[in-house]
Amino acid sequence: MIKLKDVNKTYDTGNKAVRGLSLEIKDGEFVFIVGKSGSGKSTLFRLITRETLPTEGEIEVNGRDLVTMRRRDIPKFRRTLGVVFQDFRLLNDRNVFENIAFAQRVIGASSREIRENVPKMLQLTGLSSKYKNLPKQLSGGEQQRVAIARALINQPSVILADEPTGNLDEVNTREIMKLLEDINRHGTTVVVITHSREMVREMNKRVITMEKGRITSDVRPEGYDLEHGLTGIKPMPVRPVPQRAEETHRRRSRRREN
Amino acid sequence: MKISTFLYCTKQGFKNIGKNILFSMASIATVAACIFLFCLFFSIIQNVRHIVVEAETTVGITVFFNEDTTAEQKQQIGDSIQNRGGVKEIRYISAEEAWETFKEDYFGDRTEELAAAFADDNPLATSDNYEVFLNDIEEQQPMVEYIRSLPGVREVNYANALVSALKGMNTVISILSAVIIGVLFAVSVFLISNTISVAAAFRKRENEIMKLIGATNFMIRAPFVVEGIIIGFFGALIPLCGMYFIYKKAAAYLVTQVLAMSPGTSALDLFSLLPMREIFPQMVAVGLILGVGMGFVVSFFTIRKHLKV
Repeated sequence: MIKLKDVNKTYDTGNKAVRGLSLEIKDGEFVFIVGKSGSGKSTLFRLITRETLPTEGEIEVNGRDLVTMRRRDIPKFRRTLGVVFQDFRLLNDRNVFENIAFAQRVIGASSREIRENVPKMLQLTGLSSKYKNLPKQLSGGEQQRVAIARALINQPSVILADEPTGNLDEVNTREIMKLLEDINRHGTTVVVITHSREMVREMNKRVITMEKGRITSDVRPEGYDLEHGLTGIKPMPVRPVPQRAEETHRRRSRRREN
Repeated sequence: MKISTFLYCTKQGFKNIGKNILFSMASIATVAACIFLFCLFFSIIQNVRHIVVEAETTVGITVFFNEDTTAEQKQQIGDSIQNRGGVKEIRYISAEEAWETFKEDYFGDRTEELAAAFADDNPLATSDNYEVFLNDIEEQQPMVEYIRSLPGVREVNYANALVSALKGMNTVISILSAVIIGVLFAVSVFLISNTISVAAAFRKRENEIMKLIGATNFMIRAPFVVEGIIIGFFGALIPLCGMYFIYKKAAAYLVTQVLAMSPGTSALDLFSLLPMREIFPQMVAVGLILGVGMGFVVSFFTIRKHLKV
């Protein structure tokens, strides 16, 4: 659960990025946080990941009080989150397998665990055939899938995605959102920060709108039932993402190039 | 710490060196220069100390008597010296023994020929003496003062000049080496710190990702500390290897030079270098501790400054 109460964040420059923000996201929800540049979305992201502290207010994520949390407990807390960025943030000198394995290495997983878990993630994200490729040899959509696989491999309870489709075309955007939806369907809370209203409309999920550091609306779609879909949570199945859309996109791109 | 984590951090440390090869080489070279000079001065100081100790134990106090001093008085002087304490050995050298030693030391192969000129006349007839060796050289000066105060004593000779010259030389070398090593140490610290900072800048993106994934401070910092340790280790290993060969050559050269100047004399005991096995283990231990320790401490504090979770 993510819970913010009367949170204010003023940077040293005097910029009031977040003002009196209160918010609750329950376990298993899929939430979009939308707003223009400077609306405070990214600050909210940084507050939830404990990259920064609020000037005032309370923040609780996955049962931990982030304001009073000791510095040495931060790494353990962050392992309960999976983060995805617009620019993928992959290690360009390492192949797909190593990029995903990296997340396991940093938490001290053994080589055996890595050998077992990474192929599962590769399969889940439809990247099994690309495990040896370097990031620059992948399309934007594929790179973002690597980033999602990396975020998922440590089995976080929350996936935080900051503009995950910002650098992607329409086809890849749909692919990534589909993947995030699948992940959410199996119990992981997904929070997507975006400014793309079009994508949000299509997904029909809870949408929190921010403006000038404040929440201006918190809309749940008609028939929205938090409990629905959360009952009978099963372990995440390992199944490949349909490759069709990716292939269609590549064919089109090739045709355009020719 | 898990073995996999240790291996990962070590591998990343080596990778850092590879990515940052020029800076790493410069750091290793500076650390090597620093430790080489340390080894050089260390061996000089140790050898000078050795010479001082040799001089102190082999060169004693010589006590000469007034011409009219009787044998009983001489015996009394000997007893007084012996009873004062701190005396390792006291030996009476008669005039005849003194003359024989003189002939051996100064006439060499032509002893018979040259000594014939003196016939039975002992030119050192009044040079019978006591040779006094002390347990502690620090006691030499008070002992000399004491002996001078005894009745019947004409003159007291002791190796004050040599010992104080050697001690003075040791002090100058110690100060000089401390200054030079200090300067080089500062340069090494600066260069290692710079190398680690550059490595941290190279891996900024990776470190940011690590932080967000939940890597501990240890996991993020360890590769940089490993890098510092590697720099320090090779920075120590290279001069130690160099020193091993240089010292061996220098020791052999000095022996030939001493033998050429005064063949078959006790000068060799005094002016030969300490054997390798006596000086090298200490030098290796101190050199490695210095190099690895410097690499560890500097990289640890540098990376602490750069990376905070």
